[in-house]
Amino acid sequence: MGSSSSVQSVAVSPAAEFQDIDRRNLDWYIDKIVQVLVFIGGISAIIFVIGIFAFVTKEGYEFVVGMDWGEVFLSPYWYPSDDPPEFGILALMAGTASVTGLAMVVAIPFSLGAAIFVAEFATGKTREALKVLIELLAAIPSVVWGFIGLTIMNPLIIEIFDVPVGLNVLNAGIILGLMAAPIMTSIAEDALKAVPDRYREAAEAMGATRWQLIVKVVLPAAKNGLLGAVLLGVGRGFGETMAVLMATGHSVQIPHSIFDSVRALTATIAAELGEAAVGSEHYQALFAIGIFLFIVTFIINLSADLIVRGVRKG
Amino acid sequence: MFETTSLNTRNQRTQTLFRMLFGLMTGLLILPVLMILATLIYKGGPALSIDFLFTGPTHGMTAGGIFPALLGTVWLVTVALIVSVPLGVAAAIYLSEYAADNWLTRVINLAIINLAGVPSIVHALFGVGAFVIFFRFGTSILAASLTLAIMTLPVVIVATRESLQAVPLAFREACWNMGATRWQTIRRVVLPNAVSGILTGVILEVSRTAGETAPIMFTGAVFFTPFLPQGIFDQTMALSLHLFVVSTQVPGVPEDLPYGVALVLIGMVLIMNSLSIAFRMYLRGKKKW
Repeated sequence: MGSSSSVQSVAVSPAAEFQDIDRRNLDWYIDKIVQVLVFIGGISAIIFVIGIFAFVTKEGYEFVVGMDWGEVFLSPYWYPSDDPPEFGILALMAGTASVTGLAMVVAIPFSLGAAIFVAEFATGKTREALKVLIELLAAIPSVVWGFIGLTIMNPLIIEIFDVPVGLNVLNAGIILGLMAAPIMTSIAEDALKAVPDRYREAAEAMGATRWQLIVKVVLPAAKNGLLGAVLLGVGRGFGETMAVLMATGHSVQIPHSIFDSVRALTATIAAELGEAAVGSEHYQALFAIGIFLFIVTFIINLSADLIVRGVRKG
Repeated sequence: MFETTSLNTRNQRTQTLFRMLFGLMTGLLILPVLMILATLIYKGGPALSIDFLFTGPTHGMTAGGIFPALLGTVWLVTVALIVSVPLGVAAAIYLSEYAADNWLTRVINLAIINLAGVPSIVHALFGVGAFVIFFRFGTSILAASLTLAIMTLPVVIVATRESLQAVPLAFREACWNMGATRWQTIRRVVLPNAVSGILTGVILEVSRTAGETAPIMFTGAVFFTPFLPQGIFDQTMALSLHLFVVSTQVPGVPEDLPYGVALVLIGMVLIMNSLSIAFRMYLRGKKKW
């Protein structure tokens, strides 16, 4: 029975092929449908980015339209529940900038150093092990980092520096630096690895030592990629929320030293969105901060991408 | 002729010096974190028990376990995956198999980078504006999971695209030559060869999703609810938010309780990531081409 049916299908198929000479059979249609579906998947990322901007703007634009730009950006007073309320974000921006700045002071030398070590000095098993460790460090959730700032760094800072409060710029800066460093390390390492080996071979053939090779050949060739890594680290620090919320001490002021408590833009949204009535001025102001955060990170990511792309073309 | 000159020794010494310096920097980057992890295990270990994992919080969250938060995280991650994995895989198939090198592809890539780079709290604002208010899902698992899904979409896309592109072009060409359509080729040849790579990406995404806090704070996760979630329109507790709550919002929590929560969360995330890395290494060793 089985053999006769297979004979039949062989006999039928040439005829079927003639009928479908333009090949628009079921498979052809499935192929077209799938093509449309994956295309939708492909452009979904664009739709979501536009959607994020549109919905955050929709909730916050009334505040942006009506606000006094000078007051919002130049006043350090953020008193959203006073009467009349004050919505100056200067102190919040100073909080974000000081914490991110300190984080970069911590993270840039260490992550570039670690990237050079992993890419140029370490070999074999050591290299693999270090890469795995760095990848695992990058996976620690930000709320755990915040918890570490709160419970481990806080008493440590109070004890070492003899200050009354350990939740301050220093604490959040170190935490954020440790958070950003693994990501910066792996991007920087990729950038170093992207330098062609023939550059290294040429330098070695000229009698350069490993160190001369790194400083004179590899680093200049990888500088765009390294700059991209630093920029992405800045973006990460700028947008970090939970760790900054828990470790900065949460007081709205322009810091005068690294031992002052501050409040970041992101943390302000996280702390106050729950208590702001939907549609109120306070609620809209928080969304307006969201628009600001979106635009700044967009610019940072765009420039990082352009810089890294520049190195690929060159 | 080949005697060591003073220049040689000096160069040699510089090299050793810098090697040590960079090694030290790498160590200084990793060591504090390992010490912190050790502290977490040391202080949180005593809090852990089967009861801790499988009972609810009691006495105003100052005692008891974390079961509702654990279950809530499982709900949130599952619903987020149901949305983001098909979408992410479709996007990766488009980028790897269909997309030409044109402006649209560049814009898509830029959008993916941005989706990963937008601050998590802005994703939360988006979730509130879009899912909670505009689509009227309210603060629910659905709204929180959709927010998480969009936020972690780049993880799936990037991992899937990499594993699709690792399948040699010759495999596809052989299949096309047999008269297969593009989709038949993808379904029968490309995907089966890439599925394990995709899986490592999915595991990574589970770990990312489970650890996120800010995007779910206002979209579906609550500080405390006496009820376990029954469906996607319920609110829920979540492990990551629970850590924030017991360490900052509740007075009088015994010291080891938040350490226990932190340990469970970080243990979950690190195990997932190690799994994904181990899986990737195993695959790399097994690859035949």
